[in-house]
Amino acid sequence: MSAYLDHAATTPLRPSAREAWLEQSAHVGNPSSLHTSGRAARAVVEESREEIADALGARPSEVVFTSGGTEADNLAIKGTYAARLASVGASRLVVSGIEHHAVLDPVEHLVKRHGASVTWLEPDRCGHISVEGLRATLAAEPLDAAMVSVMWANNEVGTVQPVAELAAVAHEAGVPFHTDAVQAVGQLPVSFAGCGADLMTVTAHKVGGPVGVGALLARRDATLVPLVHGGGQERQVRSGTLDAAGIRAFAVALTEAVAERDDEARRLTGLRDRLITGALGLDLGISVSGCWTEGDATERLPGNAHLLVRGCEGDSLLYLLDAAGVECSTGSACQAGVPQPSHVLLAMGYPEAEARGALRLSLGHTSMEADVEAFLAALPAVVERARRASGAA
Amino acid sequence: MRVVAAMSGGVDSAVAAARMLDAGHEVVGVHLALSRSAATLRESARGCCTIEDAGDARRVADRLGIPFYVWDMAQRFQRDVMDDFVAEYRAGRTPNPCLRCNESIKFTALLDKALALGFDAVATGHYAQVVERPGADGVVRRELHRAVDPLKDQSYVLGVLDADQLARAFFPLGDTTKPQIREEAAARGFSVAKKPDSYDICFISDGDTRGWLTSQLGEKPGEIVDAASGEVVGSHAGTYGFTVGQRRGLGLERSSLGAEPRYVVGVDAPSNRVLIGSADLLGVDLIAADHARWCGPAPAGEVRVGAQVRAHGEEIPAWARVDDTDPQVVHVRLDSRIRGVAPGQSVVLYDGPRVVGSATIASTDRAAAPVPTSA
Repeated sequence: MSAYLDHAATTPLRPSAREAWLEQSAHVGNPSSLHTSGRAARAVVEESREEIADALGARPSEVVFTSGGTEADNLAIKGTYAARLASVGASRLVVSGIEHHAVLDPVEHLVKRHGASVTWLEPDRCGHISVEGLRATLAAEPLDAAMVSVMWANNEVGTVQPVAELAAVAHEAGVPFHTDAVQAVGQLPVSFAGCGADLMTVTAHKVGGPVGVGALLARRDATLVPLVHGGGQERQVRSGTLDAAGIRAFAVALTEAVAERDDEARRLTGLRDRLITGALGLDLGISVSGCWTEGDATERLPGNAHLLVRGCEGDSLLYLLDAAGVECSTGSACQAGVPQPSHVLLAMGYPEAEARGALRLSLGHTSMEADVEAFLAALPAVVERARRASGAA
Repeated sequence: MRVVAAMSGGVDSAVAAARMLDAGHEVVGVHLALSRSAATLRESARGCCTIEDAGDARRVADRLGIPFYVWDMAQRFQRDVMDDFVAEYRAGRTPNPCLRCNESIKFTALLDKALALGFDAVATGHYAQVVERPGADGVVRRELHRAVDPLKDQSYVLGVLDADQLARAFFPLGDTTKPQIREEAAARGFSVAKKPDSYDICFISDGDTRGWLTSQLGEKPGEIVDAASGEVVGSHAGTYGFTVGQRRGLGLERSSLGAEPRYVVGVDAPSNRVLIGSADLLGVDLIAADHARWCGPAPAGEVRVGAQVRAHGEEIPAWARVDDTDPQVVHVRLDSRIRGVAPGQSVVLYDGPRVVGSATIASTDRAAAPVPTSA
């Protein structure tokens, strides 16, 4: 039995979501069809939309279903950029330097191919994006900014951003604000209306729903140029036949995750702290990246532990842990199976040599104390070996 | 044993991994990422290390039910193989990057990392044989031998391995011919069974070595000189585009030189000159080589060997001895003259099918007493 400590990559499907998916998948019906079966499928989609909106403090009309977080981020960035360029001629993107590639890559694409410019908001050593820094950036060239995008919580180091304050500062300057809340939902209290963002990305498979379904929450006054044309099923902004079974399972998983959130966050914070204190206490030259305070779940995600192991390569650690039955991640993006040095850690000011020894352990709804203990038990031998391998190569 | 199977994504390393598994070893597949900017898809039989190749290797590992990882050795490959390749050409020599890769990447960087991570050995899809034989002292030693398939034998590019590296190496394909390996791959259901062989230099995907070197070194125009007369007979864009024994691509006016074909007989990087001459200037029988590597004990005194100076080249009977003062230097005296021996190439020495060792050719000469030139 392996210890699965990679919930930030994807978390197990909740039995309730699986049940809901199986049930709905037995029914025929395109939600856009006008006959009885179509109407029944449409009813499931709309009921799910209401539940999802309710769980996230949004209105049903603000939920635009997508194929997942990556598409939602692309729609938010490219769709808003095109709309703002057309309406007010604004072409500068103001984006944090620690975003997921689903945000970074569309931004870089727009810069490279569509004449956009970008101002990267650099984090401090904890991974926080400064509210005052954003204010200063927007004040410098107020009319030029097309949008601001800062993630709610970072997928590698788990740092939670002051999203409401950042959104307020963007709005003072009249600039729309997007946040990628993929990692935050289910772990932190997330309210779309409460945070003031114009656009928010969410996805099902990080809360125990199926892979392949997500949503962009978009305020009714947010204007987006569509990426995908062909039917305009979702508010004329997103086309494609709606996946009634996936959407149903998304709603069930999300509702359950949000209902359990208070207790679950407390439980995961305890497991996280045990993992971090346990790892630091082994005296193996391990440090925790970002900022971590025992018991705190407001600055760092309850389920995120991110360690830097001095003198080790992340890929050696990952292999040795995998062989020992502990599944985790280096946290950073891979290219053809090779972990790249983390842009997040580099932006936070860690030297490349230190960033190489990164290990992300992420906890979720099926995590147990035994998983944490399995990791801690494997760690001393793994670090010793990985350090030798690093010296060898 | 716990064995890392180096898996390029090709048919040979796939079967090698499968055979190690069949032999009862605990096998983990490792694909080496050697390019810093790997292309998504393969373009031709040349080149390697694309993301598609990594995917092919992964599919074989899936099929075998073994764990699979990609290890990033691009930086090390750049330094030890590609930079070395460029530096050698810049210095007027003709290197073989496959030997450097085996010496410093596959059987140093990869092997050392594997050993440190708790593995016992590395297996590759090279066509060569490891033969275990007890010595006079009764201790069993491993010898490197030619593969049974003379068309595929790759013992030449493994001649750089020393006894310690050999002790940790497996070449499970050495007793089989290539067509049999392809059949075996098909029988095992590997999707790569019909994948074309890779050839030439893996990091020059279009096969245009001169063009690639120009992109690395820039154009360095200089003179082409007749070695016999000292007369300037042409110009070149960089000495690195030329290698001893080369006949084509000299761009000379035939009329000024008569009808006799001309060859590159020397590359003089310091003066930036390419020397040309007639075929009879090409034959050499004395080789001085450095950077000696012995697959077993170093030869004592003058020993009888077969010398091979290029992959799949002819083996020439010869005498070899280690220099009296510098153990890194080997002197080879060939029984007959051979053409096209360029400094930078490796000379690999054989005793029957056994690889004795190798060294990098530093200079060549002719014995005073003429010996017959081999074809």
